[in-house]
Amino acid sequence: MVKEKLKFNKGAVIHEAGSTKKYKTGDWRTFKPSIDQKKCIKCGKCWMNCPDAAIYKDKDGNFQINYDYCKGCLICEKECPVKCITHKVEEK
Amino acid sequence: MFKKLVMSGSEAIAEAVKLCKPKVLPMFPITPSTLVPERLADFVFDGELDAEMIHVESEHSAASALYGAYATGVRAFTASASNGIALMHEILPIISSARFPAVMSVANRTISGPINIWNDHSDAMSERDQGWIQFYCETAQEAFDTIIMSYKLAEKENISLPVMVCIDGFALSHVYEPLQIEDQKNVDAFLPAYKPKNFLDPKNPKSFGPIAFPNSFFEFHEQEQIAMLEALKEIPKIHTEYKKAFGRKYGNGLIELIEMKDAKYALIANGTSVGTARVVVEKLRGEGKKVGLIKLKTFRPFPAEEIRKACKNLIAIGVIDRHVSLGSEGAITLDMKAALAGEKCKVEGFISGLGGRDIDTTRLEKVFDTLKKGEKGFWLK
Repeated sequence: MVKEKLKFNKGAVIHEAGSTKKYKTGDWRTFKPSIDQKKCIKCGKCWMNCPDAAIYKDKDGNFQINYDYCKGCLICEKECPVKCITHKVEEK
Repeated sequence: MFKKLVMSGSEAIAEAVKLCKPKVLPMFPITPSTLVPERLADFVFDGELDAEMIHVESEHSAASALYGAYATGVRAFTASASNGIALMHEILPIISSARFPAVMSVANRTISGPINIWNDHSDAMSERDQGWIQFYCETAQEAFDTIIMSYKLAEKENISLPVMVCIDGFALSHVYEPLQIEDQKNVDAFLPAYKPKNFLDPKNPKSFGPIAFPNSFFEFHEQEQIAMLEALKEIPKIHTEYKKAFGRKYGNGLIELIEMKDAKYALIANGTSVGTARVVVEKLRGEGKKVGLIKLKTFRPFPAEEIRKACKNLIAIGVIDRHVSLGSEGAITLDMKAALAGEKCKVEGFISGLGGRDIDTTRLEKVFDTLKKGEKGFWLK
């Protein structure tokens, strides 16, 4: 959800670029994937296949999941060739 | 100086549109609206109108391109009728919710089926809930004047809603009448160049048509309703301005009252049947009968307050409805019953003229007889 106060611009026009970033879609998630960094071979398949670009490479070169946007589709888990991604049911 | 010519209702619309200088014309022909795009195509080809005419492949595309044109920040126009309007249905509320001040003419023709090319109001009235202001015209001159006033109204900052200018198919679209075509200089003075606030501009990027979740859709819809109700105040103002500039007006722009002062029984009608009703009222007045007529020029927003005032001293009013909401009543009848709820004036609906059936003086006299006898409204076949 957008945390700041909503503005109802006439005609629903958005006056700034990149505003979608503010809409945190992570709370749609039912399944929460996680990466076992010890098993990960850094092939980048999860990063390439994530439809929401919610997987990123951190400064140490490890792939991480941005839970602000991950919707839990589990495509990463299916695509991982070494099965280092597993999931749990999201608890809120 | 103005020109005086003899023209059909469709040509009158094309002439008015030319004077409003739209930049984009996404148009698709359909009987009885075809003469509008045909004349505009002539104007563009002859270099009289500097506009891009897009030969779209359907009315759905015409309405979509109309949206696109407004997103780039220019004045645009389209025209259609009947099933063409039905095919536009999906895009019409998208244009109004984007608050684009588009103008479209409708040569009212019944919606199939059975397939029928003649006049009733089922096409436009089926779109009454989609956020478009709707005007109905009685003469070619009124159609001409209404187009110019519509751009002015639509582009007012507090309105920013699209407008449909409706003329009866054949009964007006193909009927030739004397027409006063105003001078470009005077039209420019009344309707200045379009200055949009929001349009696609790489130097100032904006997003159009985003998704509105349950936490905001409601508010956007409410804004349209507020603008619609604001139009009830704005329309008479623009009418007064137009009268000052060109010397013509049509009631107060919302309704026109004919012999209503001491009337006991009245009709309310829209479009060309108003002309026939004028003749009937004049004849019955000649016989000493206290009858009147309300011309409903603006159907959306519905001028309920004005109508309530006009009907204060009536015993009954008959509604000439050229559209029926199947399973319920005529579209105008429903609004009239809501507007006059709790008033002493009775409302009787008369479904008339479906699929081009004549609405003649005999039929309208029958309506007055029915009202006088205190009987119920019926289908005026």
